[in-house]
Amino acid sequence: MLLIDCPYCGKRPEIEFSYGGEAHVARPADPQALSDDAWAAYLYLRSNPKGRHAERWRHTHGCARFFNAVRDTVSDFFVTTYKVGETPPAEAWPRAAE
Amino acid sequence: MQSFSILSLLRRAFGGHASWQPQWRDAAPKAAYDAVIIGGGGHGLGTAYYLASEYGMRNIAVLERGWIGGGNTGRNTTIIRSNYLFDESAALYDHALKLWEGLSRTLNYNVMYSPRGVMMLAHNVHDVQVFKRHVHANRANGVDNEWLSAEQARAFCPPLNISPDLRYPVLGAALQRRGGTARHDAVAWGYARAADALGVDIVQNCEVTGIDRGPDGAVTGVQTTRGAIRAPKVGIVAAGHTSVVMGMAGLRVPLESFPLQALVSEPVKPVFPCVVMSNTVHAYISQSDKGELVIGAGTDAFVSYSQRGGLHIPAHTLDAICELFPMFRRMRMLRNWGGIVDTTPDRSPIIAKTPVPGLYVNCGWGTGGFKATPGSAHVFAHTMAQDAPHPINAPFTLERFRDGQMIDEAAAAAVAH
Repeated sequence: MLLIDCPYCGKRPEIEFSYGGEAHVARPADPQALSDDAWAAYLYLRSNPKGRHAERWRHTHGCARFFNAVRDTVSDFFVTTYKVGETPPAEAWPRAAE
Repeated sequence: MQSFSILSLLRRAFGGHASWQPQWRDAAPKAAYDAVIIGGGGHGLGTAYYLASEYGMRNIAVLERGWIGGGNTGRNTTIIRSNYLFDESAALYDHALKLWEGLSRTLNYNVMYSPRGVMMLAHNVHDVQVFKRHVHANRANGVDNEWLSAEQARAFCPPLNISPDLRYPVLGAALQRRGGTARHDAVAWGYARAADALGVDIVQNCEVTGIDRGPDGAVTGVQTTRGAIRAPKVGIVAAGHTSVVMGMAGLRVPLESFPLQALVSEPVKPVFPCVVMSNTVHAYISQSDKGELVIGAGTDAFVSYSQRGGLHIPAHTLDAICELFPMFRRMRMLRNWGGIVDTTPDRSPIIAKTPVPGLYVNCGWGTGGFKATPGSAHVFAHTMAQDAPHPINAPFTLERFRDGQMIDEAAAAAVAH
């Protein structure tokens, strides 16, 4: 079981949390203007990386708040967790530094 | 290929079993092939076998990063059934089931296909309605599936606890009698041996690191840890790593990879006559011919390539097993492992051409690919050889997500997603 560092409550066991999928997938501002391919990409394409992955978690059985995390999908090691609206530390996530 | 028969066994027994040859060559990669298949699991090896046997493509290779049968082919719970809801799925999975029925003879290899019956338990009103709908849909498609009362379910599987005092009592069950199990390793080995006999190179310890494309965008070959290989056709059958390999060709796929766990108990005498699955309380169980209870657990909630998962996932499944089959409460578990499964948004596979000419993909089998191995391999071989899908896999495209033509089997796959 993973130990997850909720930015509001501290470290808690994984069973207190719900997984919320990939983070930073922004809903297009004007869906009507999108092509079918672009809309399908927003709905269904995820990065699914073998490596660092930015993802949402919700501390369902704690503070009930959503937050973000960067986790390595090979080792399941949490690089960092951060609040919604924040950007992850550049060193935590190579894509953020680009 | 040394054919297996009672005479060949006797002859070699008298020779002290000294004259058996390896079942397939440990091939080194050549510089070029007519086609290359990435992934040496059951689906990939089967694809190579059918390409060679039915489409005459014998100058081909299967590239495997690890060893044959070391991935999901050797990690699943070996359940075979075809009682899927939608017409497209029923056609695909029943195509596989029909091939299972003759597979040992086709391959001259005992894959130990055992149609012992797969029973899916209903625990609430919704389950009852959904399973009855499945039974009727299956019968309309010529797929056997029948409804059992709780008493009939216990008669078919005597260890089952049908007491109304259970937290989730058994209200009935759907039974597919042609469903059952097969020996998963034997499936990989049998296809590997039969493909090798037809000239297919099976290259192990050969990880693909890149996909080469020409000026027109078409595939020209692959880069591997054992050198570059030219090939005008490349088929990706990489299960949980499909996103990674497709990314090498610059393509994104609607897949996410999750660890799916399974476990086996200590071996005991035959006590369990069939396969039992429960979507609602989330348990799968059967008994291998070796005597171990083979138990399927769930997926972890998060994307991972770690081939292991949280212990609370199998513990939850064992809670359900102990409730349904009280006689297993003191059974000890021996081993627990995970495999990485690639799931699509509609929980149906993708067996299709890709936007890159010469590149084909067979993926998205999620938590239930083993049962489809022969059918999947057969229609994918057709797709690669003819550069056009077989009628059975024509609906299983990459584009169905864009076009809204989904085959939404999320409820038919037994694992809670």
